[in-house]
Amino acid sequence: MGNAIEVAHLSKAYRRQVQALDDLSFSVETGELYGLIGPDGAGKTTLFRILTTLMLADKGEARVAGFDVVQDYRRIRNLIGYMPGKFSLYPDLTVEENLDFFASVFHTTVKANYHLIADIYQQIEPFKHRLAGKLSGGMKQKLALSCALIHKPEVLFLDEPTTGVDPVSRKEFWDMLLRLKQEGITILVSTPYMDEATRCDRIALIQGGKFLGVDTPQRLVEHYPEKLWAVRSEHMHRLLADLRAYPYIQTSFSFGETYHVTMHTQGSPDDLQAYLSQRGHRAARIEAILPSVEDCFMWLSRQLSHE
Amino acid sequence: MKQFLSFMRKEFRQIFRDRRTLVILLAMPLVLVLLLGYAIKTELNGAQVAVFDPSKDDETRRIIERFQASEYFTVVDELTEPKQINEVFRTGEVSLVLVFSEHFAEDLLRGGTSVQLIADGTDPNQAALLTAYAQGVLASYQAEWLEEGKASGHIRTETRMLYNPQSESAYNFVPGVMGLILMLICAMMTSVSIVREKETGTMEILLVSPLTPLRIILSKIAPYFTLSVANVVTILLLAVFVMGVPIRGSLWWLSVLSVLFILVALSLGLLISTLVSSQMAALLVSGIGLMMPTLIFSDLIFPIENIPVVLRWISDLIPARWYISAMRKIMIQGVGFTCFAKELAIIAGMAAVLMTAAWKNFKVRLS
Repeated sequence: MGNAIEVAHLSKAYRRQVQALDDLSFSVETGELYGLIGPDGAGKTTLFRILTTLMLADKGEARVAGFDVVQDYRRIRNLIGYMPGKFSLYPDLTVEENLDFFASVFHTTVKANYHLIADIYQQIEPFKHRLAGKLSGGMKQKLALSCALIHKPEVLFLDEPTTGVDPVSRKEFWDMLLRLKQEGITILVSTPYMDEATRCDRIALIQGGKFLGVDTPQRLVEHYPEKLWAVRSEHMHRLLADLRAYPYIQTSFSFGETYHVTMHTQGSPDDLQAYLSQRGHRAARIEAILPSVEDCFMWLSRQLSHE
Repeated sequence: MKQFLSFMRKEFRQIFRDRRTLVILLAMPLVLVLLLGYAIKTELNGAQVAVFDPSKDDETRRIIERFQASEYFTVVDELTEPKQINEVFRTGEVSLVLVFSEHFAEDLLRGGTSVQLIADGTDPNQAALLTAYAQGVLASYQAEWLEEGKASGHIRTETRMLYNPQSESAYNFVPGVMGLILMLICAMMTSVSIVREKETGTMEILLVSPLTPLRIILSKIAPYFTLSVANVVTILLLAVFVMGVPIRGSLWWLSVLSVLFILVALSLGLLISTLVSSQMAALLVSGIGLMMPTLIFSDLIFPIENIPVVLRWISDLIPARWYISAMRKIMIQGVGFTCFAKELAIIAGMAAVLMTAAWKNFKVRLS
């Protein structure tokens, strides 16, 4: 088992001196479900385009399924499946016509590889005579995935496949990816949703064209270096300013209904509690929590900016 | 092959699904030809006719009465000398002169005589209409005459257009419209359809597939090629059967020329699509960059001879100028191959150069 994707010192800058990728190196094992987690503009799409042979890097090398993305781009284009971030099917063709078209483009038929897409396609098959442009967001993504899979690719590139998709469909979508992984297909998937990261074999946290860290989701979380506290109070709005004014606070980020904070060694939850009630937060609650992938991301991203 | 066919089927589906565009594509040539054709033609009612009748016999008198009785004509003048013909035209009194041959009735009884119809060629459409109506009057007269069984005589009519003997510009708009329409449909539609794939992102998927650039290009232009051929056929049928425009020259060369010109326009469309990235830009470039020069420099509105030398050089670069010129020669003048060989060669050359450029310029990656 070799590596399905190998990337070495990849750099890419756009005209306005925006460094989309900055000396990036990593590898994805064959059959691995590899997640790229990062905010918009982190360089995910650029990386996808270089790996799918759509774009040339300024520096560095990349190999997909053993082939060089520059020299052997034609070979690679026979072997990969690509689902761009933007819905990229023909809105004026029906579901069935889209699928048939992409099957024939790859010299195959829907019948030949039906088993591969059966799970996904069966969900949209009742609408197969509907124009693709009139599908809902989740169904569009399922169709797009079917089209990217219809030729049984060795490596599957999914650029933010769940963006704009409802939570139920998102879950279904990831269930499908796990099944495809069992078929032996290597999958590189990007997402801005940190909660999806836990379903990958390995994840890479990417920001500013650099990897902040690469590991299994579990180990990434285990390696979180600090003790993490969740803080909430009846005056949430004022709380952030007060927390930041607390001398021993190290980091504080808003996470939905709570603030996740880390403290310097001098600080303690009891001390913070006392400080907050002094500031008028009568019902402030401080709990120890286990960090999530997002906490790791925030931590690593802060480390990077402090360097 | 299956890949190519499937791609073409997809293209046709998309074209046929876009009803509005399809209607425009198919109806536009009809509307343009009819508009340009009939806008110039006016209703014929009491056109002023002069007669020169050196024979002055019963037959000529009866024919003149016929003309007088017809609602389309009014005989206003009897000329006594041939040189008066020019005068009446110059003063604008009449728009048609009927000239009988000498010994008209005698010749007719002996088997054949002739009438000359002289029309004012400065308004070719009007002139064509007048002579056609006049011929109709004469023909009906002759038919009755034959029925009466007097003899088997025959009246030949000879038509002359004064001032504009070759009747130039009469039908000139037909080749012009063809040049314009083909430029529009081929170039604009092809470029827009390719750029649309870029805009919707489907081009990304097509690129990341085993499709070769040549395949993509061929699949893209084939449907528009078919549509354009259909348009050429419609315009020609309309021109010949409705407008009465003649095709005097070789239909074979006319087809060869049109196919080559279609290829030029398709290549231009492809080339545009490789240069721009939005449908709007594609429309603008093909609209302003191709339509305007075609209109201005192709002898359609302004005669090439009348424009400044520098602009004439530019006009030499406009494919439609050569196409329209050659089409006029084949359709209306009916001249032989040697007369339009130059135009044909230029268009073939342009097709080859543009095709190659479009193919080479096709980007296998995103720019």
